[in-house]
Amino acid sequence: MTTPTKPPLKKSSNPLPNRDRYKLPRQHMPEQLPEQRATRFTEVNLGYSTELARQEALRCLECAKPTCTDNCPVGVKVREFVQLIVDGDFLGAAAKIREDNVLPAITGRVCPQEDHCEGGCLLCKKGESLGIGYLERFVADYEQQHMDKNKILKAPPTGKKVAIVGSGPSGLTAAGDLVQRGHEVHVFEALHEIGGVLVYGIPEFRLPKNIIREQVDYMRAMGVRFENDVVVGRTVTINELLEEEGYDAVFIGTGAGAPQFMGIPGEHLNGVYSANEFLTRINLMHAYEFPNFDEPILDFRGKPVAVIGGGNTALDAIRSALRLGAGHASVLYRRSEAEMPARKEEVKHAREEGIDFQMLTAPVEFLSDGNGWLRSARCVRMELGESDASGRRRPVPIAGSDFEMPLAVAIIAIGTSANPIIQTTTPGLNTNKRGYIQADESTQRTSRKGVFAGGDIVTGSATVILAMGAGRRAARSIHEYLVTGAW
Amino acid sequence: MFKILDAQFIAPNIKRFVIQAPRIARKHQPGQFVIVRLYEQGERIPLTIERSRPEQGTINIVVQSVGKTTHLLNSLQAGDSILDVVGPLGKPSEIVNFGTVVIMGGGVGTAMAYPTAAALKRAGNRVISIVGGRSKDLVILEPEMREVSDALMITTDDGSYADKGLVTDKLRQLIENGTLIDLVLAVGPIPMMRAVAEMTRKENIRTIVSLNSIMIDGTGMCGGCRVLVDGHSEFACVDGPEFDAHRVDFDVLIQRNSMYRAAEKSSMEAFQRDPSVSVEQVHREQEKACLAEGVGR
Repeated sequence: MTTPTKPPLKKSSNPLPNRDRYKLPRQHMPEQLPEQRATRFTEVNLGYSTELARQEALRCLECAKPTCTDNCPVGVKVREFVQLIVDGDFLGAAAKIREDNVLPAITGRVCPQEDHCEGGCLLCKKGESLGIGYLERFVADYEQQHMDKNKILKAPPTGKKVAIVGSGPSGLTAAGDLVQRGHEVHVFEALHEIGGVLVYGIPEFRLPKNIIREQVDYMRAMGVRFENDVVVGRTVTINELLEEEGYDAVFIGTGAGAPQFMGIPGEHLNGVYSANEFLTRINLMHAYEFPNFDEPILDFRGKPVAVIGGGNTALDAIRSALRLGAGHASVLYRRSEAEMPARKEEVKHAREEGIDFQMLTAPVEFLSDGNGWLRSARCVRMELGESDASGRRRPVPIAGSDFEMPLAVAIIAIGTSANPIIQTTTPGLNTNKRGYIQADESTQRTSRKGVFAGGDIVTGSATVILAMGAGRRAARSIHEYLVTGAW
Repeated sequence: MFKILDAQFIAPNIKRFVIQAPRIARKHQPGQFVIVRLYEQGERIPLTIERSRPEQGTINIVVQSVGKTTHLLNSLQAGDSILDVVGPLGKPSEIVNFGTVVIMGGGVGTAMAYPTAAALKRAGNRVISIVGGRSKDLVILEPEMREVSDALMITTDDGSYADKGLVTDKLRQLIENGTLIDLVLAVGPIPMMRAVAEMTRKENIRTIVSLNSIMIDGTGMCGGCRVLVDGHSEFACVDGPEFDAHRVDFDVLIQRNSMYRAAEKSSMEAFQRDPSVSVEQVHREQEKACLAEGVGR
C-alpha cells in the first residue's frame, strides 16, 4: 500500500517577488453610486473586470501554509484558485473552487470573508487582505457566462438515494457534494422557490435571484432533483421518506425558522414586522414590484422606519426599507458598533446610503396612533456593562434616558428560534433545550439512524458559509454511511 | 403544478375545486388548510380544505371571491392548474369524544368546519350543527352537514331561507333550552366568532375558533399571521389555526387583517377593469410552468 503524498506546490506564473506584492493596493470593487443604488434593488457591487481580477490575484503571497484555506468552513483551496487566475485560466479556477464549494457565486457575495479566509490572510499584517471574496465572485460569474453546462460530468450512480430537507445553503451544499459522489439526491423545499434563506432572506441588491437560479440550474445539470411545495413534517414525514419512499438517508437543513419578537408592548400593532416577514414579502414575493406582483407591502414613502438589531438581516431589512422610499431609515442596536455582527462591507454600504445608526439604543414599547397603527417607539439608551455568555459586553439601560422616536414602521431583526415542525413529527429525534436538533459536530449525525442535520436548525442563526460547512461535513459522513452501512 | 380536476360554483361567488395533490390528500386531517399561489406574480393565500380523498389523490378546496386572488382563482376551471399548493398546514382539530358538540359555520366558514364535524361524529359525539349565511344562496354544504349531524339548524340574515336570524340566535336557544354542550366549534366571519365567544364565555362552554389571519409561508417562518392569545403572540399557521375562543383578542385580529386594505382595494379595482388580462396572465404562466416542468421544475 502506498501512502498518499501531498502534491508538490505548483509553481506560480506570478512574476512579482513577494516584497512587490505587498506594495500593490487591494483592487477596489466597482459599485453603484450610493445615491443611485439607494432608490433601486439592483446589485450594489458590480464585479471585477478580468483585468482587475488579475491585478488583485497578483497580490497573493502563495503561502506554503495557507491560513485562508484553514479558516474557510468548506476549505476552499484559495492559493490554487488564485494561481489559476494569475495564469488566466478562469474556468480552471472555478473548477478548483467547486471541488470544495458548490455555490461560489453566492459565497463570493455574502460570506463574511473578514471572519474567515480574508481574516487569515498574511497581507493583513502590512495592509489590506487579498480580495478573496471578490475573486471568488469573479470566477463564479465568469464560469456562469462561459461554461457549457452540457459538459458537466455526472458521477456513476451508486444506487443510493438521499433526501435533503430544505434548499438553503446547507441543503444545497450537501446535495451538490452527494450528487458528485454518484448518489441520487432529491431536495424538498417548503416554499415555491429553491434557495431557502438565500431567496427569502437576502435582498436582490446583495444577492440577485438570477445568481441563485443559475447555481441551482447547475446543480440540476449535475443531476439533483428538486421538489417545491413540500413541508417535511406536514406534507410528508421523515419516517415516511425513510420507510416508504425508499430513501437511504435524510439530511435536515431547514434553517433557523421562527422569528423572535421582543415581548414588549405594542408588537402586534400594524406597522411592526418581523424581519423574516418583511424580507419575505420583499425578496420571495417581490412586494417592491407591487402592483406588477400581487403581494402588498405597506407604503414606506417618506415615512420614518427603524430596524431593531445589528446583524446582516437587520441591515438587509433597513436598506430594503430605504429602497422602498423611507424618509428616514435607522438602525437601533442595543450594543455599540464594535459588537455589531453584520459584515463590515454591509455597514459601510449602509452608511454611504444614508442609514442612520443609533447605537446603544433599544425600544421598550411600541405606541399606537389610537387606531391600531404604529406611531412611535419609546426607546432607552444603553451603556455596556460586564461581558455576557456571548463574550460581548452586556448592554444595560441608562436610567431616565427614555425618549420617543416617531416611527411608521418597525422591523424586528433580533434573531430566530427553532421551528418545531420536524422535531415534533419525527419520533426519536433528539433536540437541545432551545429546540434545535442535536447533531454531532463532526459527522452531523442525529439520534436517528440515517438522519443527519446541519445549519441553523442545529446551531441557531449563523451564516451562509457556516451552514455550508455543515452541509459539507454531513455529505462526507452520509457518503460514508451509505458505503459502509455502519452507524 | 397542481391540476384542477373539477370546479363548480356551490353558491354565487363560492367555488369548490377538486385538485390533484396526492401528498396533501394523504396527510390531510380535519382543521388543516393549504396555501396556494396561482402564478408567478401571485400572492400566497391560505384556503380551506373541505375534503380529501387519499385513494384518489385529491383534495377539495372551497373558495369565496373576496379580493383579486380569490376572484382570479374562481375564474379557473377544470383542466387549469394552480402553480403552488402547499399543505396540509396547521395543527389538526382535536378529535375525541367530547359528548355533545355544537358546530357553527358562517358562510364559507362552513367548509372549514365540515371535515371536523364529520370526524367528531365518527368519534362518537352528538353533533348539533348550526349553519348560517347572509341569504339563501350563501348557505353552503347543507346536505353534507346534514349527513354528519344529529341535528342541523339553518339561519339566514335576511330570512330568505330557513329561519331568519343569526347562528348565535340558535346557539342561545340551545343554551336556554338547557342543552348540555361540551364543546362549540365556530368558523366564520370574525364578528360571528367573537359573538359566539362572548356568549359561551358566560356559560363556561369550551369554544374553539379557526382563525383566518394574513399568511405568507404558512410554516411559522414569517410571523405575519401572529394573533394575540392571552396577551402573547401566537402564529395562526403553526400554533393554530384553531384557538380557544375565550383567549383570542379579536380586536387585534380585525386590526391586523385590515393592514393591507388600501393595496387590496387597488389590486381589486385594477383586476376588475379587465379580468381577462389577469386570467390570460395565469394561463400564460401555466403554459410556461408546464414547459419548465418537462425538464424538471
